[in-house]
This record gives sequence, C-alpha cells and structure tokens, in this order.
Amino acid sequence: MENKYYGRFGGQFVPESLRGALVELEKEYKSIKDDDEFQQELEETLSDYVGRPSPLYFAENLTEELGGARVYIKREDLNHTGAHKINNTMGQILLAERMNKKRIIAETGAGQHGVATATAAARAGLECEVFMGREDMERQSLNVYKMRKLGAEVVPVDTGTKTLKEATNEAIRDWVAGVEYTHYIIGSVVGPYPYPEIVRDFQKIIGEELKEQMLEKEGRLPDCLLACVGGGSNAMGLFYPFIEEEEVSLIGVEAAGRGIETGKHASTLTAGSVGVLHGSKSFLLQNGQGQISHAHSISAGLDYPGVGPEHSFLKDSGRAEYKAITDEEALEALDLLSELEGIIPALEPAHALAWGLKFIPDMDEEEIVVLNLSGRGDKDINTLQNEEEDKS
Amino acid sequence: MKEIKKVFKEVDSALIPYICAGDPDLKTTRELIFTLERAGADIIELGIPFSDPLADGPVIQEAGQRALKAGADLEKIIELTDDVSSELETPLVLMGYYNSISNYGRERFVRDLERAGAAGVIVPDLPYDEDPDFYENLRECGVSGILLAAPNTNSSRLNYLGEKSAGFLYCVSLLGVTGNKKGPFEKLEQYIEKVRGEVELPLALGFGIDGPEKAAAVSEYVEGVIMGSAIIEVINGYSEDKDKMHRKVEAFVTSIKRAIQG
Repeated sequence: MENKYYGRFGGQFVPESLRGALVELEKEYKSIKDDDEFQQELEETLSDYVGRPSPLYFAENLTEELGGARVYIKREDLNHTGAHKINNTMGQILLAERMNKKRIIAETGAGQHGVATATAAARAGLECEVFMGREDMERQSLNVYKMRKLGAEVVPVDTGTKTLKEATNEAIRDWVAGVEYTHYIIGSVVGPYPYPEIVRDFQKIIGEELKEQMLEKEGRLPDCLLACVGGGSNAMGLFYPFIEEEEVSLIGVEAAGRGIETGKHASTLTAGSVGVLHGSKSFLLQNGQGQISHAHSISAGLDYPGVGPEHSFLKDSGRAEYKAITDEEALEALDLLSELEGIIPALEPAHALAWGLKFIPDMDEEEIVVLNLSGRGDKDINTLQNEEEDKS
Repeated sequence: MKEIKKVFKEVDSALIPYICAGDPDLKTTRELIFTLERAGADIIELGIPFSDPLADGPVIQEAGQRALKAGADLEKIIELTDDVSSELETPLVLMGYYNSISNYGRERFVRDLERAGAAGVIVPDLPYDEDPDFYENLRECGVSGILLAAPNTNSSRLNYLGEKSAGFLYCVSLLGVTGNKKGPFEKLEQYIEKVRGEVELPLALGFGIDGPEKAAAVSEYVEGVIMGSAIIEVINGYSEDKDKMHRKVEAFVTSIKRAIQG
C-alpha cells in the first residue's frame, strides 16, 4: 500500500463517502506526475500566465541595516494574484479538468487562495464556490470583491470563530455532498492524503527556482531559509528541495498572536499537541478534551489551529525549526521592509521577517539568508489602517 | 443490556435514535435515554460532542455546541453509560470523532467502554485502515466497532467493510451530512442491493430520515433505521419545559416505531 504518512503524521481520517474521491485523486495525480504533456502545459501556464520564475532579490538596504548576513528575498508576491497560492491552484485546476469535474470549491482564510482559485476557475471556465469565514470576509474585503469579480461565489461561514478552520469544515462537508462532480482545491499542505503531497509538489517550484538562482548569483546554497507557517504551503514549497541539503537550516515562523502565554495565538507547532483535524494527524491546538481551540492571529492566512503533517514530521525529526512571532512584531517588520526596500509585504511573511530580525544581525557577513516573501500586502491595508486607528 | 446481535434477531426493523450526550445537559440526556427506550428504541446512539464534526449538518453541530457549553466531556459520557447500562435493556452505542477518542487514550477508551457496558461505537472519521489496532481491540473486548458505507462505496470496499464491521453496517443514505432533507439516495434500492451482495451483517440506514414517511419507506430495504437530527429538533424545541420535552420525544419516536413496523 502507498505510504500515506510522514513518520507518524498524515493519513486519511475521512468519512467513507470521500474515500472514493481520494483514491481517484491519487490515481490521477500519479498519472500526471510523470506525464510530459501535463507538465509542459503547467510549465507554460506558470511562465506565461503566472509570471514565473519569481525573482530572487538581494535586499541590500535591509542587509546594510541589519549588519549581518546577506538577505535575499524570493519574490512570490510578484506572481499573478499576488501570492504563492496560484502555483498550487494552476496545477490543481489542470487535475480537475483531467478528472472531468465541473465544479471547483475551495476554502480561504486571507482570501489569497480564494482569489487564486477563482482566477484558475475563471480561466478554465469552471463553476467556483469559495468558503470563507464571515470574520475573514470583513478583514479581507478586497479579496472578497476580487473573487466575485472573477465570477466565483463567496459562501460566508458563520459557525465558530468564523475563520479558516470553519471555512475548511464547510468546504469538506460540501465536498462530501457534491463529490461526484466537484473537485476540492485545498489551499495548503493540509487535509487527507494525497493533498499534502499534491500541494507540496505544486509549490516546490519555489525552492527549485531558488536553488538555481542562488547558484547563479552566489555560486553556493544559502545558509538559512525563512518562511511563515499557517497550514505551511509556502514554507513546504521552499523547504522541500533543500531537505537533503543538511547544511541549509530551515526555519518556519508561526503566529504567536497576542503572545503564546495569553492563549490567543496560532502557534500550532511551537505550542500545540498531536491530534486529528481535517483528515490528517498532525500537531494542532486543542484543549484537554480534544476539542479544537480557537486560533488567533492578526494575519488571516496564519489564523489556523492545524498545520500540514509534513511540517510536524520535519519538527519531530529536527530537520526544521519552528518559531513564533507576535502580531506586534509582525507589524513592525512590515513597516521596516516597506520603508527600507519599498516592498509592502503581506502580514504572513512579515512574521518570517520579524524572526529574521532577531538573529540576522548576529550572523557573519559571508552568510546568506533567504526570506520567502509569500505574498504582497495590499490585502492587509484595511487591517493596517484599523490597527493605526486603534493606537491613535 | 442486550447484545446488538440479539436485537436484529428479535425485530425485522430496528429503530435506532441518536441523541447528543449533554444536550441540553447530561441529567436530561440520562432521562431521555429511558424515554427513548419506552418509545420503542431498539438501539440507542449517544453522540459525543466535538468542536468540528465533519460528518454532521447544522442541527447536530449546534447540539454539540450546546453540550460542550453545558460541560459535557467524554469522561462524563462514559460515566453516564456506566450508570444507565445496568437498568437499560436497549444496547447503547457511542458515536464520536477520532480526535476526542485519541485524546482520551484509545486503549483507555476501549477498556472503559467495556467496563461501562457499552454495546458498540461508531467513529465516522476513522476508516478501519487508519487504526486497525483500535478496531481489533474493540472486537476482543466484545464492543462492536460499527463501520460506515456510502452510496459511492465500491463492491470490493463493501466486501472489506462487511468483514471488518461488527454488529451492523451503517449505510449512509446519501452523499452529504446528517440532517440533509434531500435524503435518502434516489437509487436506494440499487444501493442496498449492491451492499447486500457483499455484506452479511444487518444493515442500518441513516442520514436525512426526518419523519415517519421516510422511515417507513426505507424500512422496506434495511434491518435498521437511524434517526438523529429530527429528534434533536424536538428536544431543542422544548428545552424550557422538560416534562413536555419527554412527552413530545416519546410521541415522535413512537410514531416512527409504528411507521417502520408497518
């Protein structure tokens, strides 16, 4: 039997009605993985439509300011639709077409995955519904507008904290009911097998490009990779091609929200415990009775009480380290990058940068750090304005 | 408490109501169990409330939220099972999600179910393949691990489920979640025929069966009829007046029982 696990994490903890769809998805995915025609179509789409390869930018001002290692930024924010999410949706939409599915559904937190899915569905001419927590719809209203403009229906989710976890619950429930004609495009490296593998494979282009670009610019691999982790798709895509390169340290940065000690955070790997959520076994935030806790982060994309199973495995095996950054620290990092480099990052990768600010100054000038700038900050303008009003 | 096997020997059409433990509170749940037995329940399913019940529609989700708010947890639900099992003739089956169970401790859960006298357990998000030890452990302890099948389950998988399930096979009536008014599956006859071809266990059908008419119609095909959301709506409608709640639940469940006895 195919191994559905990463160490003790992963699996397929789903109702029996989804089993058939997962088997079909796995079969179809295996067949396209080595199919030249599929890969060529995807490659062309990524280059001509998405705008890949994304640039690797040497952040000279930031490097000077910090006075430590050389800092490079992988510009996933320059992709079409403004984040890394589109790498995955372009791959999965082709899969959906191969499986003759007429309808696409997705969950979204920050709305970036929702926009990327709506974009892919519009281009493919497929019906699209995106499930989004009511709270997220408010704080990311720009993305809601974009999705609707792209012809997608945005379905508000009013249960629980009205954020990404509940949106994912509703998407899974909808998938159970419409499984015969619907493909569910999961936005992160979470969910039942084979989703964590599919999403990681479609995102690993980030790390693959980086390797080439780094060798070209510096003639060697970087010393450290930094990425934010909610579900963990941009981090997994960045890390995966470097897992065997043991001299490269891998650091994932989660959201500590208002501080881990306050209980209002989304630090699944740093403060959670092992359990089963949304079809796979991984670290998650839960209480003593196994009820899933409410996550909190200023960044909607990190506001999730679970994490991809392969990250749990990388943590367990010690290959990657996971740290946490508060709302406030992320906001400061966002300001710094905007002012120094003229790049307004999304709040999510601002967390990764904020962790970098703590250790880059102590590194040697010859060392190299790469920050994965997974998305741009336009979607967060409302949140930033509200924060400033609250302070003044 | 009777064995599940015995129930299916005694009746042609077993009535299997589901209620959520702790909704509105555990004391009322205890009383409701006896109300259901009086009304003719042949097996009683007791739901373990969970924060993220993926197989459930809004009615059972909300019941779970009410139960959690009122302080229900797995430890107390097993205590309740232990407390009623000696007075109860009707087999009691617990239904809950895997994270509650793995958090409680899988082995401890099986041991405590056996000690408490539970007849079976249903974990809708735990396929046999993901934790065979858990299901084997249940079998050794004489607690039925009841598996589910769906309208899109293929024949070889049905055969496998038939071998691995204990007590009965829970046939989900539709592609969807509990309480879906669209149920049951339009090609019910073919679906059940396909299951029957592979499975020797008694079959019980659930999801979306909301009243006497549907219950009567589906009872033609299967040995058991499972009903949850519709009963929970009655319970929730009379949460302020307990006496009335019991009378209404008893009347409703009795009407279903009559309907399936034809």
